[in-house]
Parts: sequence; structure tokens; C-alpha cells
Amino acid sequence: MNAFMLALREIRNNLLRAGLTTLGIVIGVAAVIAMVTLGNGATQSVTSQIASMGRNLLFIAPGARRGPLTTATTFEESDADAIAREIPGLAAVAPQVQRSGVALLGNRNRPTQLTGTTDPFFVAREWPVAEGREFSLSEVKGGKAVCLLGETVRLDLFGDSDPIGQRIRMDKVSCEVIGVLAVKGKSNFGQDQDDLIVMPLHAVQRRFAGNNAVSVIWLSVADAANIPRVKQQITDLMRTRRHISPGAADDFSVNDMQEISNMVASTTGILTAFLSAVAAVSLLVGGIGIMNIMLVSVTERTREIGIRLAIGARARDVLLQFLVEAVVMSASGGIVGIILGLLGAYSLSRALALPFIFDPGIVLIAVLFAAGVGVAFGFFPARRAAQLDPIEALRHE
Amino acid sequence: MAADPTISLRAVTKIYGSGEAEVAALRGIDLDIYDGEFVAVMGPSGSGKSTTMNILGCLDTPTSGEYYFKGTNIAQLSRDELALLRRNYLGFVFQGFNLLKRTTAIENLELPLIYRHIPRAERHRMALETLGQVGLADRADHTAAELSGGQQQRVAIARALVTNPAVMFADEPTGNLDSVKTHEIMQLLKTLNAQRGLTIVLVTHEEDVAAYAKRQIRFRDGHIESDTGPRP
Repeated sequence: MNAFMLALREIRNNLLRAGLTTLGIVIGVAAVIAMVTLGNGATQSVTSQIASMGRNLLFIAPGARRGPLTTATTFEESDADAIAREIPGLAAVAPQVQRSGVALLGNRNRPTQLTGTTDPFFVAREWPVAEGREFSLSEVKGGKAVCLLGETVRLDLFGDSDPIGQRIRMDKVSCEVIGVLAVKGKSNFGQDQDDLIVMPLHAVQRRFAGNNAVSVIWLSVADAANIPRVKQQITDLMRTRRHISPGAADDFSVNDMQEISNMVASTTGILTAFLSAVAAVSLLVGGIGIMNIMLVSVTERTREIGIRLAIGARARDVLLQFLVEAVVMSASGGIVGIILGLLGAYSLSRALALPFIFDPGIVLIAVLFAAGVGVAFGFFPARRAAQLDPIEALRHE
Repeated sequence: MAADPTISLRAVTKIYGSGEAEVAALRGIDLDIYDGEFVAVMGPSGSGKSTTMNILGCLDTPTSGEYYFKGTNIAQLSRDELALLRRNYLGFVFQGFNLLKRTTAIENLELPLIYRHIPRAERHRMALETLGQVGLADRADHTAAELSGGQQQRVAIARALVTNPAVMFADEPTGNLDSVKTHEIMQLLKTLNAQRGLTIVLVTHEEDVAAYAKRQIRFRDGHIESDTGPRP
């Protein structure tokens, strides 16, 4: 109690220096708090967006989920057909192939993504046509050069004019616009999902790719409760179709959104931890700053320490005084840092359209850590002060 | 004198350094100081008067010999035990005043009371009362740096006084003051000794300052050269 008061008095007498000294702690704590809060927000944002893609959504991609990237065989349209035919309980099955290209209209051009697929794609991805129509059966079968535009592409090429029935060029292929897709917005990874053009699968395969490959198969399961069963059945079917001998690993993966969401969450979690660790280093630097100033302060106040010893302070009273001083400085720096960190995280999360997630745990850890830094780095100067010889200290100029 | 001495040194020596560099500052001191005395310790520099003062003031310990304070041998106490002794029984006044410069007069007085764990309100009352006794009640909220030398020394005396010590040690208290202020301070010490019966041990090298005391002890080369002896 007394030591606390003495320390406050001393800090008050040296307010500017104390403030500058604690700046390191302030910045360190603020950085850690901001990183963790923003990281949590980003994780939640990503996972909730992935989850919003549909609890019923599955997709099959070539290549094992983990391990080295292999040039696994792609799928074919017949794989999608077989799944639709043999596995019960599916609402939609859509093969997809994707490539990049440039869309042209008059003197305007826009690099974009070209997706080749079939009508069930709009069902599986819960992505309705806002204007115009889906592909007709003959357009899908015949691979006719018709296309639906994502909102971004429509806006860029057509602006206010009506695109339906107009012809655009995709690379060297001329195609008729038959519809515009509903707005989907930014994806979990920040890319614009509406920046695409959709054509029938066969059109893309024949006119652009020049092969029959299918890169992804999208599925919608009628009842989410059946997802584990459906995944197992698909795996068995695909293993048979791809002639994988028993015991050998799958060369494809069946993914549901929950899994992807968990995977992304763990990735952003690692990133957050890493950034926080970097920020924590600045806390350490702040602690060294406090130690430095406390050492200077002990030298400067040698005479004062002598006076205190002469009028009856024991070594431990002096030790406590200097230690409390260091802890008060670092802890108040921590509190200021928390406030700044939360404010920074709040305004940044507003700017980045991320949810602001207040985590009381990290705030507590930050305060304790800052105080701990004060104790750890304040101890050495404090002990030095406490061990001064009263006579020497009184003689000190 | 009938009463036991408050302070009693027996064959006290103090040796600094070791081996070739060994210096004997005190070569066997025997000294009794009784309650209510006003003692001036004199002698040229290097005579051992400051060393004696430091030992008497429990700031230092003798190399050998015994130091009885109120009947207890305290020659070999630890640092912290000596600190408690200083806290509870001793007061100090220094040549350089040794106040906390940027701290107000009253806070300087409260400092030793803080170490005695005296509650805030009581502490404030005691400090103010003592400042009044040295005639500085109106300067309570001035920082030490804002006071004149004579005023600073009176604050320092008040700080030594505020804990109501058994003995007050004054190390060249007038060394930084002109003759008018010196007279003021010495008169104050003399009054405190006469009216309150405060035991004062004063170190000085000036004859006219020593003359204010009731007893004069002269040191030379680590010995007591002369001692006018305790007077009632």
C-alpha cells in the first residue's frame, strides 16, 4: 500500500518520462490485442461465409486432401452422371470446369473466370438467375455458345443497357447472353464471386479446353443428416470408377463445407498466432525499455535512496518501491494499450467489414503479461537500488 | 550520572580496506552518551568523527567492539535490523539537507511516518504540527527546491523530529549556511535540547558551532583526544 503510493508519487513527478517509457508496452499490448481481435473476426467471418454457402453442399475435387500436390486424374462428365444415377438422396449434381479468359464487348474488355457447367449448378450453389433464363436442355447437350453473366461482368460490359440477347466475345468465341446471375458478393477469400461468365459444360470443354475434363463436381444433399452416408457412398463409387486398389489412398476428396470451414479456421488461427507472436516481441522490447529507464532512475535517485535508507527504509522497502513503480508503469501501459488495441481493432474491423469480436480472455492475458514484464524487467534495477550502501548513497552527487 | 547511558561504545574499531590498503579509521573508542545530552563531535577530517557518527547512527557497523543502544548490543545487527532501529529511534540532519527536492515540505516530513505505517490523517497532522515547531507551517506546500537553505535545513530538522526520536544526529548541519542562518539553526537545536530534552549528537569542525553544545568531544587519528564529559 505504502509502496504503491510512493511509486505513484514518483511517477507523477516524472510523468513525461514514465509516459515515454511505457510507450513500448502500450504499442506491444495494442498490437497483440488488435491482431488477436482482428484474427478472431476474420476467422469467424470466413467460417460463417463458408457455412452460408450451404450446409447441404458437397464438392468432389481431384487429388488427395493432404499430402503433396499430385497431378491426379481429373473427372469426366460420366462421373457426375454415375453419381446422380446411383446415389440416392441428392438434390443436384453439377460437373464444373473452370478457366480464365477475357470477355469483350465493342472496345470494352474484362479479364474474368469462365465456368462450364450444367443447370443443377444453380441449384447446388443456391445461385439463382436474376434476369433471363437458365440453359435449355439442347444448349447443354449441344454445347451451344450461350452464356450467363455474373453481376460484375454485366456491370462492366453493359452498364445500364440490357444485356439479354446481346452477343459478347469470350476470348475468340462469340456467345449470346441469355441471363444474369443474382449478386453473390465477396467470397471468404476476398475475391469477387460475381466476376464470372457461365457457359454450358460442353461449350467450354470443346471450344476452350479441347478435352473432356471436369475439375470439380458440386453436389447438394437433400437432407444434411445424410452427408456422412453420401460421402461414404461417393467415395466407394469413385474408388471403383477410378480403379483404386484396396489399401491404396484416394486420389480425390469429397468435401463438405464444415470441413472446409474448419480447415480455413485453423489456417487463419495459425496466421493470427504468428502475427500475435511478432507483436508480442514488441512487448519484450517495451520491457527492456522499462528496465533501461529504471536503471537510469536508480542511478539518478541514488541520493534519494540514501535518504530513504537513513530514515528507516529497509532494503525490501526500497526494492518494493522500485518494483511497484515498474509494475505500475507497465500495467498502466498495458491498460492504455488494451484500449488503443480495441479501438484500433474496432475501426479496422469496420473498415474491412469484419465482425468485431471482444475476447475478455486475451485482455486479461495482456494485462497479466504487461504486469509480468514490469516485474521481470523491474526486478534487476530494483534490487540494485535496494542493495545500495546508505552512506555511499548519501554521499552520491 | 545515575541513569544508564543511551549510547555506549566499548573498544570500537573500524578498519576500511584489507591487506596493504588497510586503513584504521577508529582505533578503539569508548564513549557514553546519556539521555538529554547535546554533544558536539569535533576533529579534523580523517580523525574518525564521521565514522563514529555513521556507527552511532546505525548506518555502518564497527569492525570490532561493542555498541550498546539503550542497553542492547547492536554492533553486529543486519542491514534490515539497523534500518528498523533508525526508523524507530533515530533522526538525521545532514549538511546537504537531503530533502526530496521536488517533494513538498510536508511530504518530506510524512516520508519517515509512511515507513512507520502511520495512517494518512494522523501522519498529516503530525507533520503539520512539527513544521509549526520549526516555524514553517506556512511553507508546508512548497517544494524543497522552493525554500531557502536555512528553511530547507529547518524542514530537515523537522523531518528528523517528526518521529520523536531518541537521538538526533546532525552531520555538519550548518556547513552550507551563512553565519546568521547558522545561529538560527543552532539556536533551534539548542532549544529542542533544552525544552524537549532531545538527545543531540552534532558533528562539526567549527569551534563556535560546537560551543552551542553542552559537551565537546575532540577526535584525532581515530582516538578521542579530549572530552569535556557529560554535564547534567
